[in-house]
Amino acid sequence: MLKFSHEEILETVEMIEALHLDIRTVTMGISLIDCIHPDPKIMGEKIFKKIKKFASSFVKEKKNIEEKYGIPIVNTRISVTPIGSIMINPKEDDFLYIANILDEVAEAISVDFLGGFSALVHKGATLGERLMISSIPDVLSSTKRVCSSVNVASTKAGINMDAVSLMGNIIKETAKLTSSQNGIGCAKLVVFANAVEDNPFMAGAFHGFGEPECCINVGVSGPGVVLNALEKLGEASLGEVAEAIKKAAFKITRVGELVGRELSRRLNVEFGILDLSLAPTPEIGDSVANIIEKIGIELAGAPGSTAALALLTDAVKKGGSFASSYVGGLSGAFIPVSEDWGMIRAARVGSISIDKLEAMTSVCSVGLDMIAVPGDTPASTISAIIADEAAIGIMNNKTTGVRIIPAPNKKVGEMVEFGGLLGKAPVMQVSKFSSDVFIKRGGRIPAPISSLTN
Amino acid sequence: MSEKVIITVLGQDRIGIVAEISSILYKNHINILDITQKILGDEIFTMTMLVDISTGNIAFAQLKKELEEKGKELNLKIIAQHEDIFNFMHRI
Repeated sequence: MLKFSHEEILETVEMIEALHLDIRTVTMGISLIDCIHPDPKIMGEKIFKKIKKFASSFVKEKKNIEEKYGIPIVNTRISVTPIGSIMINPKEDDFLYIANILDEVAEAISVDFLGGFSALVHKGATLGERLMISSIPDVLSSTKRVCSSVNVASTKAGINMDAVSLMGNIIKETAKLTSSQNGIGCAKLVVFANAVEDNPFMAGAFHGFGEPECCINVGVSGPGVVLNALEKLGEASLGEVAEAIKKAAFKITRVGELVGRELSRRLNVEFGILDLSLAPTPEIGDSVANIIEKIGIELAGAPGSTAALALLTDAVKKGGSFASSYVGGLSGAFIPVSEDWGMIRAARVGSISIDKLEAMTSVCSVGLDMIAVPGDTPASTISAIIADEAAIGIMNNKTTGVRIIPAPNKKVGEMVEFGGLLGKAPVMQVSKFSSDVFIKRGGRIPAPISSLTN
Repeated sequence: MSEKVIITVLGQDRIGIVAEISSILYKNHINILDITQKILGDEIFTMTMLVDISTGNIAFAQLKKELEEKGKELNLKIIAQHEDIFNFMHRI
């Protein structure tokens, strides 16, 4: 007797074959603490050797699992200890040197991206972190696979406005140095508030200081599956909509759990966490915006979008948390503009604006993600956008981030192509009014009263 | 120890689908534990098959390849997956 009904088997097959169900990423976190050495050359050698050793069979085992279960695993990635914190008395060029080593080793082991060229400066920056941040434009324009993130705020520390101000300039400079590719360097850079230590998604993944020597973190995908569940539901109350999303999220998450457990077992490393985030792709039908629209909003961004997204994010968490032993990372729903064809459509016809996206980020998992703005947007305006997102993050005790691309020489309405999973984005309007004086004040916005929980 | 795999076949109905797939399994010494087939809608043929590959004289990856090639020849989608993915998704 078959343990599963014919219909159950066909449902799983349909999810994978027709509804784009896949594992978005398997990310191996590797600590570089024991690679620390005052001589950057020796440190570079140690880093190369360690990553190569730990990840030697990572890609091969990932392929074996894809074959065994017939489930695509789209990305393999490495995350490492934040580089900004582990260099001893660094000089200006040392960070670029180490970044090149990271790029080389990522290529040598055939992973798609390596995250952790990062600095945690929410309360202030060390000399090393300052040098690291100033090297970001050079690093992102001269490496292919290295991703960078900077945490500028936390609920416990407040917002480091000096770092926020600096990041506006760093983003502009990164766009300038990668202008021949529409500023793609900025797609590899996230500015965070309340960054998490076990996020498997790029560009913001790093292997935090509370993490073990090595672990596997998994990010699932599956907007197409949720969309299909709602299509089958037809007319129903919002309570029933939430229920349908929960059930779909459960099933999606179980596949991630299976892959995470099996991969950790095969590689003999710990299974860290499963990130429940629904991650869209530029494929038609694999869109978070479409789910919002299916719930009953004509186009994403219209009034009701924030409430629909809140319902979605919450239902995904409820369904997913029951399906996995260790949920972590960002876990919610991503709303990147360029990576979601429904968002692209909504942005093109003017249904969604940066302001509405900002409101929606208060209920989704991350923040203003993969948004293209005019190339001549002032650095202080970009900094102020980061400050607004950080404020939403620290006041609501959640992670928020900004991945924004001031597309060189582009004007509002023009399309910017990034290619692959990064997709394409219409250049969106930003406020023409200045935030310059606010940003120039500098200093630190104190931690909110809600941080006093002890 | 048994190692169970589920084979799913989708496509246009025609004579001999079961025979063609069974013969690949027979040739490779793989035991069929159960078969269900249904026609969905007017003419979409669906078949799910539980097989034990532990007795087989072929690696799973090679079996998948043979089934996929047969699928191309017959204009059918043939998918082989370890049963654990169904266990995880449909059973708590």
